[in-house]
Amino acid sequence: MNPRAYCTKFWANTASRYSQCARLIFTQVKKLFSFSFALLAFFFSTFSSAKTIELLNVSYDPTREFYADLNPAFAAHWKAKTGDTLIVKQSHGGSGKQARGVIDGLQADVVTLALAADIDALHEHAQLIPRDWQKRLPYNASPYTSTIVFLVRKGNPKAIKDWGDLVKPGVLVITPNPKTSGGARWNYLAAWAYARRHKGSEADAQKFVGSLYKNVPVLDSGARGSTTTFAQRGIGDVLLAWENEAHLARKEFHAEGYEIIVPSLSILAEPPVCVVDKNVKKKATQAVAQAYLEYLFSNEAQHIAVRHFFRPSSPAIALKYAQHFPQLELVSIDAEFGGWTQAQKTHFADGGVFDQIYAR
Amino acid sequence: MAVVVTSTFVKPRLMAEAPLRATQDPRWVRWLLTGTALVFLAFFLLLPLVAVFGEALRRGLGAYFAAVGDADALASVKLTLIAALISVPANVVFGVAAAWCIAKYSFRGKSLLITLIDLPFAVSPVISGLIYVLVFGAQGWLGPWLIEHDVKIIFAVPGIVLATTFVTFPFVARELIPLMQAQGSEEEYAAITLGANGWQAFWRVTLPNIKWGLLYGVILCNARAMGEFGAVSVVSGHIRGETNTMPLHVEILYNEYNFVGAFAVASLLALLALVTLVLKSIVEWRHAQAHAA
Repeated sequence: MNPRAYCTKFWANTASRYSQCARLIFTQVKKLFSFSFALLAFFFSTFSSAKTIELLNVSYDPTREFYADLNPAFAAHWKAKTGDTLIVKQSHGGSGKQARGVIDGLQADVVTLALAADIDALHEHAQLIPRDWQKRLPYNASPYTSTIVFLVRKGNPKAIKDWGDLVKPGVLVITPNPKTSGGARWNYLAAWAYARRHKGSEADAQKFVGSLYKNVPVLDSGARGSTTTFAQRGIGDVLLAWENEAHLARKEFHAEGYEIIVPSLSILAEPPVCVVDKNVKKKATQAVAQAYLEYLFSNEAQHIAVRHFFRPSSPAIALKYAQHFPQLELVSIDAEFGGWTQAQKTHFADGGVFDQIYAR
Repeated sequence: MAVVVTSTFVKPRLMAEAPLRATQDPRWVRWLLTGTALVFLAFFLLLPLVAVFGEALRRGLGAYFAAVGDADALASVKLTLIAALISVPANVVFGVAAAWCIAKYSFRGKSLLITLIDLPFAVSPVISGLIYVLVFGAQGWLGPWLIEHDVKIIFAVPGIVLATTFVTFPFVARELIPLMQAQGSEEEYAAITLGANGWQAFWRVTLPNIKWGLLYGVILCNARAMGEFGAVSVVSGHIRGETNTMPLHVEILYNEYNFVGAFAVASLLALLALVTLVLKSIVEWRHAQAHAA
């Protein structure tokens, strides 16, 4: 074969190989594109299709099961009232972290957080709500209250009866980080209130709470993380928990036989709720967001709260279920610590008492 | 002294009898090394994989499919696939372009470009997520403008795609740069001398040369895109059924004591990884067949 013919043949071969290859690639790419277009279309259709209303409820950790129950009840109520289909989307996490998300632009229609200070932050840092937000709904805008109790292992092997037992050497206490978790702040303040009642001065209280945190092997970022650490991973002797969270953990892990210990004194936790004015105005969901929060105070919702071990705010329903909730001395944040703004500044702000205790 | 020791340990007679091998290590050393590697693999790779599927199927197939077919789980699968489908092609285009200009040309600021490409490897994923919050958040630089124009970036799908693209950014480029540098530019020069234009040289000479490296980069990039947790967690907002990717959904289910659900979704992630590996093997096998024919 002469060189010229060889060359021609070589190029012809190469060209046909490449054109084959190109055709193959082309069909593959076409398939890929049509597939991704179909996927995108499917994805966008979920956004634009039905004329349903969506609410976003940004909440804290231990309310997952409560709102999973309550949202369909309210949606049915709203449908009966207006004919509109309502979908309530949920976001859960540590209360402080969730507030931060809303400040950074998470489009919450309503916030249902663990404590008033986290909702105050929405006013302070982003002007999303007015200063007097807590006056807009009954009972300090808290549809239910709760308190802090202890969860211990089967048979209470470390004989934990009250706050005083938590500072004993060798007792491992599980509680989340007060910087990120609302429940953790209630835990901390309840311990403080107990110490002040029994030890006297503020300095003694600080020493007591300091030695309590020396017994904490791990600070999770949220209440649910702490529950998992205690119940699922088996770390620690006692979990400081929301009353409802303790009941839920007992139910979920009934085989392990965890026991609830009610201390002599604890704190009255009022987890408040609030419409995020600026967001609902933009999304035109004011009416439904307002109705949603008002519904939390209705009899149906109060019954649902009881089912999830929250103490109902409505006095009539609280009386009806009084035997479900053990009586103990409950101190309020306003009387004992001068309100959340004050407590937040003294104890949990950067360089506050908690930082001093934990740095030591 | 040293001579004595040597004479007791090295036995020339034995060495002469043994067949010629690449290594002269005694049998027990080889067995020990192979055994260690296998035990390590079994404990750190196989056992967790088995545990994931075991936990997922603990309450039977019915519970498994109920967990996988849950609307929120499906939404998380969809979101993960969308994030991967956008970020992987974007990083392929970027990675090939960057590797091409770094390996084939020399220019001012080249080392700076290489450093920048490595940046996502160097910073913690949580920091990369926070960067986007600082830029696009309501309190961030562009936040007020975005809110005014009703554009959602963070706590929405675009933010998740951005964060995923950022953390998977170096995979393709990093895979290609050493390969292209080793190959040099001679073949492209030859192509251009024979009359090819730049595009033809790239399409017909460069691309066929790098395709296996490229494929490997794509596989790594895709695996990371689907598995990313930290950066996506920061920008997600954790809205159920809307901004939860599969890894985030696994965490949520786990925190809700729904262990079967958590491991079921985790097993889907593991399956996606296995599918990727099988695809890679098939492509390699077909390539080998094509060459043999």
